[in-house]
Amino acid sequence: MKKIEIHTFSELISQGKTPEILFWVGCAGSFDDRAKKITKAFANILTQANVSFAVLGSEEGCTGDPAKRAGNEFLFQMQALTNIEVLNGYNIKKIVTTCPHCFNTLKNEYPELGGNYDVMHHTQFIKSLLKEGRVSVKGGVFKGKRITFHDPCYLGRANNVYEAPRDVLEKLDVELSEMKSCKQKGLCCGAGGAQMFKDAEKGDKEINIKRTEEALETKPDIIASGCPFCNTMLSDGIKYKKKENEIEVLDIAELINQASDL
Amino acid sequence: MISLIPNIIFIALFSFALYLFVKNVKKIYRNINLGISIDRTDNKKTRLFQMLKIAFGQSKMIDKPIVGLLHVVVYVGFLVINIELLEIIVDGTLGTHRVFAPFLGSFYNFLIAFFEIFAFLVIVSVIIFWIRRNMLNIKRFLSLEMKGWPKNDANIILYVEIVLMVLFLTMNGADLWIQQNAPEFNYISAGSFPVSQYLLPLFDSFSSNSVFIIERSAWWLHIIGILCFLNYLYYSKHLHILLAFPNTYFANLNAKGKFTNLKSVTNEVKMMLDPSIDPYSSTSSVEISKFGASDVFDLSKIQLLNAYTCTECGRCTSECPANQTGKKLSPRKIMMDTRDRMETVGKNIDNNKGKFISDGKELLSDYISKEELWACTSCNACVEACPIGIDPLSIIMDMRRYLVMEKSDAPSELNNMMSNIENNGAPWPFNQMDKLNWKNEI
Repeated sequence: MKKIEIHTFSELISQGKTPEILFWVGCAGSFDDRAKKITKAFANILTQANVSFAVLGSEEGCTGDPAKRAGNEFLFQMQALTNIEVLNGYNIKKIVTTCPHCFNTLKNEYPELGGNYDVMHHTQFIKSLLKEGRVSVKGGVFKGKRITFHDPCYLGRANNVYEAPRDVLEKLDVELSEMKSCKQKGLCCGAGGAQMFKDAEKGDKEINIKRTEEALETKPDIIASGCPFCNTMLSDGIKYKKKENEIEVLDIAELINQASDL
Repeated sequence: MISLIPNIIFIALFSFALYLFVKNVKKIYRNINLGISIDRTDNKKTRLFQMLKIAFGQSKMIDKPIVGLLHVVVYVGFLVINIELLEIIVDGTLGTHRVFAPFLGSFYNFLIAFFEIFAFLVIVSVIIFWIRRNMLNIKRFLSLEMKGWPKNDANIILYVEIVLMVLFLTMNGADLWIQQNAPEFNYISAGSFPVSQYLLPLFDSFSSNSVFIIERSAWWLHIIGILCFLNYLYYSKHLHILLAFPNTYFANLNAKGKFTNLKSVTNEVKMMLDPSIDPYSSTSSVEISKFGASDVFDLSKIQLLNAYTCTECGRCTSECPANQTGKKLSPRKIMMDTRDRMETVGKNIDNNKGKFISDGKELLSDYISKEELWACTSCNACVEACPIGIDPLSIIMDMRRYLVMEKSDAPSELNNMMSNIENNGAPWPFNQMDKLNWKNEI
């Protein structure tokens, strides 16, 4: 088992090394206690698979996604242009991120502003590592567990990535049971469009509770997702339903990290 | 001379209906052009394919299999009966009767049979639609925005469709009766009538003349009904039967998650980040437009076309997570409000000799409330759900932009989030310098 070593681009470049891939950690992945576990799990996968990667560390700023969805195009473009300057400065070609919001913004909204990168979501990246045999999965850890996958809107509908996370789950020999609204019809967790940072408007229910109820209908042992914000919303939902001792909300990276012979 | 009177009446009616229709189309075109131009002339092949698949091929209707199938029946009925309409127009203009029959021979029999079967299926489908709308409590038909005119509009369309199909079958039944029982009218013996043949006994108690009058009346009422319906479209949600085609052609081809980057903002931000740029050198067209949208003039032509195309089916609203959890937001209402506002502005222009004179109202606030806009999670469920490529989310986002960038009117928690991003590069109050602290916890 290799020791996880996290380096920044600036460190490695000053040592004359050029990492192949930038791991874009994102704000949630850097600061949120729950999301940091996902970050570490994915960093471990990258390390054990011998991926040449680095992070930006303090040079990584918010992509601007929540600002843009809140309507603040100024702030978004300020963030975008600042980040692009850093990314282009290091001549970065390939980015992988554990956050679908960062993924979407970097992939779709940066190119027009001068930032052209090959951007992958970590579920896609893990899928390719599994395919190349750089990561292999031990049978048994999750074998027979009932898992339902919640599609993050910004991975699914926004970018048509539905299969990568499911293909990865399949490798775990789990029993994948879909919610009644999944894939194209997947219900939002309630965090998108900057809702994460405000109270919901007046209504008769919180969206994350509704989504949690849909997940519970599948009688899962584990609710899997691929987004730190969805993770927070669904974890809150599970706590609200007092099911936190029976059901885990886990990211695809965490599942693979626990199941792989790393 | 007298024998020409029906032809003249027909030509006059037909031309008048066409004139009114063209006038309405021009109004729609003028109103759509109130919006901002955006370029959607790229990728012609992909766009054509998208139109053929989604509008012509009804591919997204099948998402809901039962109603989807019923809709396809009504749609195919509409398409094929239009072929019949062609014969009716020629007959009406030239004073002929079933003019295509001698040319088409047995194929004519096939066509008429085909029309009849579809006319019957349309009646069945429309009755089911009526029951769904009025008797089953289907949530998307009961929303607040469906009260009043929208509900009546939907029912009027269903009634008219039934009446037109019944007239069509009555016309055919009476025609068949005349072919068999009243040689004095010299009706050509043509057509195959798998449905209207069952109407024959109904005519037996009438005189030949009465049946002739029934046949002629049904013929006239059918075509007059169609001409009225054609001109009803402009006032109705039913416009989608025409506009679904351009709407799907011009629909967004990019990933749904890609929101537009405002060019006007890019220039300003570049100047802020790089003081060496000469603000006067770059572009002479410094049209400082307003940021975002508060009225129909600030929306794009495509968004306005979307509004005219919306047939108020409510698939968007029933998929909307905010709506499902009791929030005020309904993407369908966003589209209906946009159309209502566009109509009001259009009438204002008509009444003021081609110029819009401010009525003190705007789409934002007077039609769409902030509460609706701030309930959106930008999840794209509404966009995905629309069977004809309407994008309510883009309007919501443009209005949020106006609120934030022109009015600084965001919920205070969002203002906190934004000042965090501005000051520490993250939506939470953490120091950007600590961004790699997680590394030490491994």
